[in-house]
Amino acid sequence: MCIETVWFFIWGLLWAIFFITDGFDFGIGVLYPFLGKNETDKKIMINTLGPLWDGNEVWLITAGGVTFAAFPLLYAVMFSSFYSALMIILFALILRGVSFEFRGQIDNPKWHRVWDTCIFIGSAIPAILFGVAFANIFKGIPIDGNGLYHGDLLSLLNPYGILGGILFLVLFMQHGALWLCIKTEGEIQQKAVKTANAIWPLVLIVVAVFLVVSKFETKLYANYIETPYLFVIIAVTVAALIGIMIYLVKQDYMRAWISSAITIVGATFFGIIGLYPNMFPSNINKEFNITAFNASSSQLTLQIMLIVAIIFVPIVIGYQIWAYNLFKDKINKDNLIYF
Amino acid sequence: MDLVMLSRLQFAVATMFHFLFVPLTLGLSVLIAIMETKYVRTGDEIYLKMTKFWGKIFLINFAVGVVTGITLEFQFGTNWSRYSIYVGDIFGSILAIEATVAFFLESTFIGVWAFGWKKLSKKAHAFVIWLVAFGSMISGYWILVANAWMQHPVGYVIKNNRAELVDFFAIITQKLALLEFFHTIPAAFILSSFFVMSISAYHLLKKQNIDFFEKSFKLALVMGLIFSIVVIGTGDMSGVDVAHTQPAKLAAMESHWETKTYAPINLIAIPSEEEERNIIEFGEIPGILSFLAFHDFTAEVKGLKDIPKDERPPVLLTSIAFKGMVGLGSYFFLITLIGWFKRNKLIDSVKFLKIIMISLPLPYIAIELGWILTEVGRQPWIVYGLMKTKDAVSVSVSEIQVIASLIGFIVIYGLLGAIGFYLIFKNALKGPQNS
Repeated sequence: MCIETVWFFIWGLLWAIFFITDGFDFGIGVLYPFLGKNETDKKIMINTLGPLWDGNEVWLITAGGVTFAAFPLLYAVMFSSFYSALMIILFALILRGVSFEFRGQIDNPKWHRVWDTCIFIGSAIPAILFGVAFANIFKGIPIDGNGLYHGDLLSLLNPYGILGGILFLVLFMQHGALWLCIKTEGEIQQKAVKTANAIWPLVLIVVAVFLVVSKFETKLYANYIETPYLFVIIAVTVAALIGIMIYLVKQDYMRAWISSAITIVGATFFGIIGLYPNMFPSNINKEFNITAFNASSSQLTLQIMLIVAIIFVPIVIGYQIWAYNLFKDKINKDNLIYF
Repeated sequence: MDLVMLSRLQFAVATMFHFLFVPLTLGLSVLIAIMETKYVRTGDEIYLKMTKFWGKIFLINFAVGVVTGITLEFQFGTNWSRYSIYVGDIFGSILAIEATVAFFLESTFIGVWAFGWKKLSKKAHAFVIWLVAFGSMISGYWILVANAWMQHPVGYVIKNNRAELVDFFAIITQKLALLEFFHTIPAAFILSSFFVMSISAYHLLKKQNIDFFEKSFKLALVMGLIFSIVVIGTGDMSGVDVAHTQPAKLAAMESHWETKTYAPINLIAIPSEEEERNIIEFGEIPGILSFLAFHDFTAEVKGLKDIPKDERPPVLLTSIAFKGMVGLGSYFFLITLIGWFKRNKLIDSVKFLKIIMISLPLPYIAIELGWILTEVGRQPWIVYGLMKTKDAVSVSVSEIQVIASLIGFIVIYGLLGAIGFYLIFKNALKGPQNS
């Protein structure tokens, strides 16, 4: 396999890791106003992700950084084309990030309400817009031969784009609900279990609709039809999705959450494999497609980056697993740290 | 204003705001690490109290710093897409390495530190804050390597219409990167030391928690004094480097118009770019600029008139930034030196404590002036000698989009800054709690 292809898949993998790690943070943020009915429940919900979200968000920085480093042309065209959407995502992430720290600093219901709103908005907007952005990439973007974007924020909100947004939203909500099932006990856990059970059929429907509509709206299936054993990716994704329900019934929430993580990785790779070798296909003319090959950095840069990634990514994953393990205890009203 | 100016303004707002919080993260993490280590080694509860008090302030500051950093990486793609294509091979890889080797470290372990008091042994918990401090510094190193490359590109060839990497080692070890590192990190330590000294001075003046704040003050004082000396040393070395690599920046720093030997500095000089001269000049000291630039009083220093008009940086802003930074740097050294002699009678040195207390904004100003000098002084180049700023801006983006996002930045950052500093000072002025 050539080095551009290796980087193409590392790029996909970094986005997938970001979606499974920060994905449950987004999900909990979206569920926050609905499940957090009193101050204790709210604090419990924030404490389930408090020590972890910061490290999770770095996967976004790394995915962005790797896009810049390995595929500078893609980085430039993608981020300038999606300018307004990306700015909205960034502002939302800023508000979410400070909310966790600011909220607990002053004990006043009005103050809490402001940051509660920011936690919700700051989680819902990125969840939806990342989905909208990726669905549009799957569909093809109106870019010309100079990488000039012929569209605007509203043209991203086409039906398929919105479907992508809904898909990401429900996947993350389920992922977040399952994290709460693992990390809480008592009444709030019961609510989380109920929520996870209620969202699951919705996820199933949206995933099914998305897979079918993608056949008509995108060229994603071309690679699958050419190499049929790739359909195993879709099979694994659907199997993992069904696994969520099986483990939910068995009340094995950890395995249900892992199934949900596999569903998210599968959904991401469904798109990534379908795109290959395109990274930002043009719907004006396929000669304008931005691919892993015409967007990549020099061989030397790709090699140096690969060495850095091979050494450091396992180290990072190692200490992040250690940190997750350190905070594996269930959160209840007696062991809240702060917020 | 055109697209280039709007994007420049947006980048300036985003970086300068981010850099109101980064230096305190860099320095305070080290001070807290020292406090917690002292607690582990001596078992003295006052050091635990100090760790928790300054730690709480640190976490608020860190939160604002970290969220405002996210936008920076993405702005190269959103607003400077042609720059990103041109230098992504080098600049992009350095940013990616920064995230992988450093940013993960500080972001993962800050959560562990904040939430891990009961989950880790005392030693392990103290070790975690050292990891955060260490991660922040490595992060700073990579960012400064990236910046140094924009100032003085090395290790590349122009191929396929872009700068391609040929010598990675040359880039990450170039002298300017090391100079920037050993100037910026010490500057951050000075800022942090003044932060701690200023708040401690407030409480000492009010005669509350005297032992607690005397200990905090002295710790910060030592840091401030040591790094004031380092900053002056590396600042001087940077001057020599600028003279060799960016003569236009050097000439603008001193609003030096005519090429001459025994080049002087003026204590005060107000340049006029249209008239190509200083309309006000006062306190000329001959030979000093030659000496600063080449360590030789007789050396010839190139004047702005011998640099094409379209390759001159904005002279007034560059010179104000330079003089302000140098003046403040000297002040930090003098005041910490005075502090050293007063260190054992702090509580009675009312006047000195008052001066320290109101000096709090000065290192913030100095450090921002440093960035203005570095970045504005490099203009009109985005990568010195290779690419002009006006050629770097995105093609797909409209002025309306940038105006909208710029307003977004100003409103959100303005609110965050106000709330962030309010919470920091609210906690700082409350003093340590007995819990």
